[in-house]
Amino acid sequence: MKTNARLLAATALVGLSTLATTGANAANLTLCWAAWDPANALIELSRDFEAQSGHSMSFEFVPWPNFADRMLNELNSRGQLCDLMIGDSQWIGLAAESGHYIQLNDFFDAEGISMDAFIPATVEGYSEWPKGTPNYWALPAFADVVGWTYRRDWFENPEIQAAFREAYGRDLDVPATQAELKDIAEFFQGREIDGRTVYGAAIYTERGSEGITMGVTNALYNFGFRYGSPDNPYDLEGYVNSPGAVEGLEFYKALYDCCTPPGSSDWYMSETIDAFRSGQVALQMNFAFIWPGVDQDPNVGGDRSGYFANPPGPDGHFAQLGGQGISVVSYSQNQDAALEYIKWFAQSEVQQRWWELGGFSAMNDVVLAPGFADSQPYAQTFLDSMEIVLDFWAEPTYAELLLAMQNRIHRYVVAGEGTAQEALDALVRDWTEIFEDDGKL
Amino acid sequence: MSDTALDRVARATPPRVARRIRGFSDRAIAWIFVAPTIVLLLAINIFPLIWTIYLSFTNYRANRPNAVVEWVGFRNYQRILGDPEIWQTMQATAHFLFWTLFFQVLFGFALAWLINAKFRGSNLWTTIIVLPMMLSPAVVGNFWTFLYQPQIGIFNYAVAFVTGADPSSFSMIGDVRLAPWSIVIVDTWMWTPFVMLICLAGLRSIPESIYEAAECDRASKWRQFWTITVPMVLPFLMLAVLFRGIENFKMFDLVVQLTGGGPGSTTELTSINLKREAFEKWRTGYASAYAVILFVTVFGLASIYVKALNTVKNR
Repeated sequence: MKTNARLLAATALVGLSTLATTGANAANLTLCWAAWDPANALIELSRDFEAQSGHSMSFEFVPWPNFADRMLNELNSRGQLCDLMIGDSQWIGLAAESGHYIQLNDFFDAEGISMDAFIPATVEGYSEWPKGTPNYWALPAFADVVGWTYRRDWFENPEIQAAFREAYGRDLDVPATQAELKDIAEFFQGREIDGRTVYGAAIYTERGSEGITMGVTNALYNFGFRYGSPDNPYDLEGYVNSPGAVEGLEFYKALYDCCTPPGSSDWYMSETIDAFRSGQVALQMNFAFIWPGVDQDPNVGGDRSGYFANPPGPDGHFAQLGGQGISVVSYSQNQDAALEYIKWFAQSEVQQRWWELGGFSAMNDVVLAPGFADSQPYAQTFLDSMEIVLDFWAEPTYAELLLAMQNRIHRYVVAGEGTAQEALDALVRDWTEIFEDDGKL
Repeated sequence: MSDTALDRVARATPPRVARRIRGFSDRAIAWIFVAPTIVLLLAINIFPLIWTIYLSFTNYRANRPNAVVEWVGFRNYQRILGDPEIWQTMQATAHFLFWTLFFQVLFGFALAWLINAKFRGSNLWTTIIVLPMMLSPAVVGNFWTFLYQPQIGIFNYAVAFVTGADPSSFSMIGDVRLAPWSIVIVDTWMWTPFVMLICLAGLRSIPESIYEAAECDRASKWRQFWTITVPMVLPFLMLAVLFRGIENFKMFDLVVQLTGGGPGSTTELTSINLKREAFEKWRTGYASAYAVILFVTVFGLASIYVKALNTVKNR
C-alpha cells in the first residue's frame, strides 16, 4: 500500500512537471495574413506544426482590400498582435528599414536554410532588402503571379471556333500575344452563348487599394514600361513614360473599353472570380491562387476551364508578381516559437503538403520535382508564369508610389481623363516628388 | 445659522469631509467639479489639436519613427493650397454637399408636410420612411453598389423602365458624369428622413391658433404657408441643414463603400483624400496641415451659419 502511494505520488510529480515544462515552452502564435482561400489551406497545414511543436496557432486574416491598411497600422504602431506576418512583397523595404521584421540571415545560417532552395524570383521579390543583396527578412511562403483563365469549353465549341476563324482568319486558341488576347476578348464581347450574353474579359480596375496597378502592369511591362534606368533606378523619365509604356497603357484602356462587362469599373480579385464563375466572361485576369478554386468549381471547373500565362507584347514577356514571404515580427513576444514555425515551414515535405492543400509553394524541391507540371491542370502555367515575373516598387515609400499610380491609371483607363502620355508624365512627376521627399533624389 | 448650498452639502457629508468642504471657497468647489471635464477636454481635444498644428509644420511620418523630423515651415500648407488635385476634391465635396442638402431639404420638408397632414396610416408611413437612416452607412454603400449594377441592379432597370434605355448601357458608379450623382442619390435616400423628422417637429410646434387667426383674416392657404409655416419652421430647417452639412463635409464610409472615390478621383471627397494622405501614404505632417485647413474651413463656415441661425431664431 505504502509502495503504491509512493508510486502514485511519483507519477503525479512527473506528470505535473511534464505539464509545467510543456506550459512553459508552449506559445500561442498568431499568424497574420490576408483572408483568402490559401489562408484556409494554411490553417489546415499548421495543424501538423501544432501537433509536432506543442505550440498553438491563432490566425488573423483580413480581406485584401483592407489588408495593407490593417496590417501596416499594426506594424507601424508596433503592435504585438502578430508573431508571424505573411506580408505583401512590396512591404519588405518599409518593414526592413523601420525594424518591423527581424533579419533572418543568422537564423537561416544556423538552421541550414538556403535561399537557393527557392525559386529565385520569389527570393528577390519576397525576402531581399535591399533588392539584389543577400539580406533576408522573410522566407518565401506563397508564390503567386498574375495569369489568365479561359473558358476552354467555349474555345473548343465548333460553332464558336468557326465564327472566330471567319472573323479573324485564324483558329481560336490560347492567345500568343497581347494583341491576340484583345482580339479574343473583343470576339466574345456581347456574344450570345447558351442563350445569354457574355463578355470578353474580366480585368483588374479597382481604385481603392492596388487593383488597377496589379492589372495594368501586365500590359505595360510587355510594351516597354520599366520602373527606372538600369543605372539609376530612380531615374524615371523615358522609362515610366516611354513610347512603349504609353502604347501599353493605351492597350489596357482599349481592352477595358471594348471588352469588359458593364459595371466593371472597380473590380479586383473577388469580382473577376465572380464574373468568371458565373459564366459572364470568356477570359479572366487574376492571380494564380484562384486556380485551384476554379478547377473545382461546379460551373466552370475541370475541363471547362484552362489557364495560360500572361502573353508577350511587342517589347517583352512579363507578368506581375504576386505572393508573399513569411516574416517574424520584431515586436513579438514569441520570436523563438515563430522562428520554429519558419524552420518547420521550410522543410520539403511540409512544402509538398502545402502545394497539395492548394498553397503555391516557392520551393524548388516541390516545383522542379518530376511530375509537378502534371500534378494539376494549372501547374505548368504556374511554372511558366513564375519565369517571367516583375514586381512593383518595394521601397519604404511603396504605399505612396502605389497610390499615385492607382490615381493616375484609374483616371485615364476608367474615368477617361486626358491621354496615356499625360497620365504617365504625371506619374513620373508624382514618383519623382516622392523620391525627392524620401531623399532618394 | 446660514443655509447656503455649501452648508447643505457640508451637513450632508461626514464630519471630516465636511470640515474640509467648509474650508473651500465657492470658486474652489466649482473648479473641483469642473476640473475632470477640463482635464479630459485638454487631453482629448486641445492637446491633439495643438499637436496636429505642430506636426503640420514638419515632415513627420508616423510609419518612419526612425527618420529625422524636420521643421518645414509653411511648405505643407503651400503644397496643399497649390495642389490642383486637392481643389478637385474640394470641388467634389462642394458638389456633394450642395446637392445633398438641396434635395434633402426639398424632399424632407415635403415629406414632413405630407406626414403632418395626419392621414390614415401616417404613423406607419413615418416608420417606413425613417428606416434608411437607421442602417449603417457602410451597409447602405455596399448594397447600393448592387442596386447600381448595370446587369443585375434594380436601379438601372427602374431607369430603363422609365426611359426605355438599355439597363446595361450605363453605369452609375463607373461613369464620371454619373458617379457624383450616384453618391448624392444614396445620401439623399438615406438622410432625407432625418430632415423630415426635424421639419415635422417644427411643423407640429406651430400653434393651431395662428392658422385659425389667419383663417379669420381670410388668408389663403398659400399665404398661410409663406407667412406662417415657412418662417416658423425655418429655424428647424436651418438646424437640419447645419447637422447634415457638417456630417456631409466629413462624409467617408458611405462613399468609400460605394465608389471608393472613383472613377479616377471623381468622387474622392476631402475626407477620403485626407485619410489616404494620413493613413495610406503616411504623410503625417502634410495630412496634419490638410486637417488644419479643413478644420478652419468648417469652423469658420459653421460659425457664420450659427450666427445666421440665431438671427432667424430671434426674429
